[in-house]
Amino acid sequence: MKTLDVSVVTPDGPVLDGTYEMVSCRAESGELGILPGHIPLVAPLTISAVRLKKENNTDFIAVSGGFVEVRPDKVTILAQAAEQPSDIDVDRAQQAKERAQQRIDSRREDDIDFKRAQLALQRAINRIDVANH
Amino acid sequence: MASLRDIKNRINSTSSTKKITSAMELVSASKMTKAEQNAKSFVPYMEKIQEVVASIASGNTDVDHPMLQSRPIKKTGYIVITSDRGLAGPYNSNILRSMYQAIQNRHQSKDDYVVIPLGKVGTDFCKRMDLPIAKSIVGLDDQPEFAEIKEIASYAVNLFEEEEVDELYLHYNHYVSAISQKATETKVLPLTDINAEGKQLSTYEYEPDQEEILNTILPQYAESLVYGALLDGKASEHASRMTAMRSATDNAEELIDELTLSYNRARQAAITQEISEIVGGASALE
Repeated sequence: MKTLDVSVVTPDGPVLDGTYEMVSCRAESGELGILPGHIPLVAPLTISAVRLKKENNTDFIAVSGGFVEVRPDKVTILAQAAEQPSDIDVDRAQQAKERAQQRIDSRREDDIDFKRAQLALQRAINRIDVANH
Repeated sequence: MASLRDIKNRINSTSSTKKITSAMELVSASKMTKAEQNAKSFVPYMEKIQEVVASIASGNTDVDHPMLQSRPIKKTGYIVITSDRGLAGPYNSNILRSMYQAIQNRHQSKDDYVVIPLGKVGTDFCKRMDLPIAKSIVGLDDQPEFAEIKEIASYAVNLFEEEEVDELYLHYNHYVSAISQKATETKVLPLTDINAEGKQLSTYEYEPDQEEILNTILPQYAESLVYGALLDGKASEHASRMTAMRSATDNAEELIDELTLSYNRARQAAITQEISEIVGGASALE
């Protein structure tokens, strides 16, 4: 079975290095599934979970503000923030979610803080999802 | 000549200062090691993002993005990285002096530039010198995380995107080694000199297209340049503080030696005087 070397890097250091059989992630233009031998590709990712498959296991990683760089035998995910499920503080994410929700409720849609709160909400929900897998 | 008790007091106060400075030296040394590690763990991210940006920017000449383009300079932005606290030797004064000189050389009027100081010392300096401050941030952690700096980095990048400033410089102390830090100026924006020499560039497919990718990647790249400089600056700060504290400790030791000598001399003089008084008194009785 062919495999892919996957590494996830953030400005705060590498989050994960490993060998997997398949990577699926959500790019801005849609869902991407990457198998070994993929053509070189660069795509920005949405705030989402990256799924890494190995045999019968699937590992999840929450990413935000990142993009994926694909080479035939190597996948690099560069993200401004990325966490493994075990590193996620669910309580903190829950609080962030509530805070963002409140902010969204109290502001008009053209407000710049509205956008920011929406992004914060997405990040919090994404983290909670990943942590619960 | 100072009295015995005066000298004793000075010795005591100097040795308690010495205790503090040597403790601070140890603290800075361990912080420096950590800061060095942080800077190291940032390298893979930086290299990768640089590689991707370079391969996009150099692979096609028809790529067009405002952040890659030089435009006539009407206003310049300066980001300067300083510490929050002093006691770091020449760390802050070096970087502020080099920035101030650069500004004086380049601009005639205050409307031609804005400063974004990071750290309290830099902010106070700008206020004192009456430099226009666009935004400042104080109280950064000793081991800053990307999230802390993201806001101000994207603010600076935004200034450029909205053509508030037409170029952006970064002033920070580059960490050469534990005993040497160098005040450095780098140009962040526009991204005219992305060097990827010696690296093998690959040609990529872009999903959805190059423009879209550049739109997300370039701001991230610029932000990470700022973050990288901050990590570098923090490592320099701790190194500089460590050196400053070490020489303070050495000086205190020297002072204590000197004072102990004069204390002993004074004590000896007092004893000699007492003896000669006794002898004088005894011979007067005979």
